[in-house]
Amino acid sequence: MWQNIWLIVSKPDNIPIVLMMILVAFYTTVALRLGIKNDRLRRQAASNRASSEFQQGTALQESNGAATVDIFYTPEEMKLPKRVHTFPFLVKVEFLAALVVIVFLMFWSIFLDAPLEEPANPNFTPNPSKAPWYFLGLQELLVYFDPWIAGVVLPTLIIIGLMAIPYLDSQPHKGNGYYTFAERRFAILAFLFGFIGLWVVMVVIGTFMRGPGWMWFWPWERWDPHRVVSETNVDLNQFLANITGIKALATPTASMIIGFLAITLYYALTLGGTYRYAVKKQLPDLQLGLVRFMIKYWFFWTMMAIPIKIILRLVFHIKYIWVTPWFNV
Amino acid sequence: MSNRIDEVIKKVQKEITESDIYRSIYRIPPGDTPRTRLLWILDTVYLHLHPSHVSRHGCKYFFTWGMGGISFLVFLILTFTGVLLMFYYHPDTANAYQDMKYLMHDVPFGPLLRNMHRWAAHLMVITVWLHMLRVFMTGSYKPPRQFNWVVGVCLLTLTMLLSFTGYLLPWDQLGMWAVTVGTNMARATPILGHEGPFGEQLGMTAYNDVRFALLGGSIVAGNALLRAYIWHCIALPLLVGILLMVHFWRVRKDGGISGPKLEG
Ligand code: HEM
Repeated sequence: MWQNIWLIVSKPDNIPIVLMMILVAFYTTVALRLGIKNDRLRRQAASNRASSEFQQGTALQESNGAATVDIFYTPEEMKLPKRVHTFPFLVKVEFLAALVVIVFLMFWSIFLDAPLEEPANPNFTPNPSKAPWYFLGLQELLVYFDPWIAGVVLPTLIIIGLMAIPYLDSQPHKGNGYYTFAERRFAILAFLFGFIGLWVVMVVIGTFMRGPGWMWFWPWERWDPHRVVSETNVDLNQFLANITGIKALATPTASMIIGFLAITLYYALTLGGTYRYAVKKQLPDLQLGLVRFMIKYWFFWTMMAIPIKIILRLVFHIKYIWVTPWFNV
Repeated sequence: MSNRIDEVIKKVQKEITESDIYRSIYRIPPGDTPRTRLLWILDTVYLHLHPSHVSRHGCKYFFTWGMGGISFLVFLILTFTGVLLMFYYHPDTANAYQDMKYLMHDVPFGPLLRNMHRWAAHLMVITVWLHMLRVFMTGSYKPPRQFNWVVGVCLLTLTMLLSFTGYLLPWDQLGMWAVTVGTNMARATPILGHEGPFGEQLGMTAYNDVRFALLGGSIVAGNALLRAYIWHCIALPLLVGILLMVHFWRVRKDGGISGPKLEG
């Protein structure tokens, strides 16, 4: 078992993924911890001010309620002015970081050879054929979506969605330029869910859990190229026909109508629900205006549709939601 | 004893920093005064990307994780090793694989060169992701830095495309099939791909759709290798270079490293 795991983990091209997992886990923890620490300091400062025991020149150095980044300093460094000479204060750190990275890359390159397989041979398809590791998340989604969605539409939406983030932010003054969690709960959770849950985790699954025929193999399982899994998946309309016993639902026309309705209903309910919730709670998101509000949550609920579709497939064995002669969703 | 060594070192240091040659290169008078500190930044071409002063927290490693800077360093390493690799590489199917073997067995420091380019490429993908994570977690995409975030997303996309086009160049099974899997997706592009929604209805075939344009053919073969090579060695690095200039310029113009508004 350990042998098998080691075999997979130590494949030269998989080393970067192991490194990526460690670094992502480490830095996510760092960011969240700094945020929580900062939040605590701010709360303390606020209550100190309230009880008028707050003295000027305490370690918190807060002014007009703005957050601090003072969590980074030793008492010694607190004496430095707020703006310092770039040389040597910043250049020193950059120089050190550069040294570490260069030495690290040198060692890595001396002790581990880059992979070079057999010469390219169009007549022999390796099984499994995998995309480069950073695209394996998308390849993993091919299990649940047709190529036009997993390979084209989703990457496009990811890029546009990322670019849109600054313009769909209803509280630009909150958490601008410092670590915090309390002030940006929803933004941070949504981003981390997408980045870690839907991107990094999918990459890891695609790398370590997928064997011949893109079938699921635990890292300690031997890859068996002859394994067959019999899995019958049905489309949504068939699924409904099965549970209601109405035969008419199983026809292609019914599929087109039901699929269309299901997707329209999904967006109507989620977007409508979010809007009602926002109005009830008077969320600052309302200040975005209706159009931007809808775009923001359209992106959000489209992202959430991915895990929903995965669950529908894994739990209810539903293949497509919407089948048409031209495309399937 | 150690006193004597110190003395010798000081003397040598003085000899060097006060020599005509050294002075002609650095333009900066010796000594550590506020004036020389400024001159180091303002008068050296490599350091002048920096402002003369930075916020105190901007110097703390755990504020920025140095990830933007590290990404840039790795990009420079890739450019350097990449140019050297180009001396040994022919972008055609008859030679490409042989060139790899030659690099790994006969070229002096060939393996180091190739390994370093390969691992740095993977590393850059990782550091750019982490840089994005940091920028998000400190809310640094917020005003006035919205546009620099957009430039950043373009850089992220280009970084991954650079890595992807490079994957094909060794012309081995790994690269060829990875790129085949990747570009097969283009077949399914709505409207523009022959297997995508409405593609067939609009007259797309395997010989005129976007995948054909990307590969210069209907399969991953010689033309695809040449196209990957040109994208990888010329077009994409140029684009990244231009965007990096915009990116760094905006970091400066948007007020340097972000931070809470406190001053006072
Ligand atoms: C080739 C890739 C990239 C390079 C070489 C690069 C380089 C840099 C550098 C050197 C800085 C200065 C601060 C720091 O080191 O953190 C910076 C800041 C910044 N970067 Fe990037 N970057 C890249 C990609 C990105 C990406 C993918 C994003 C976001 C999607 C991004 C958004 C930003 C923003 C908003 C700032 C200002 C941050 C602040 O003021 O705190 N960059 N970048």
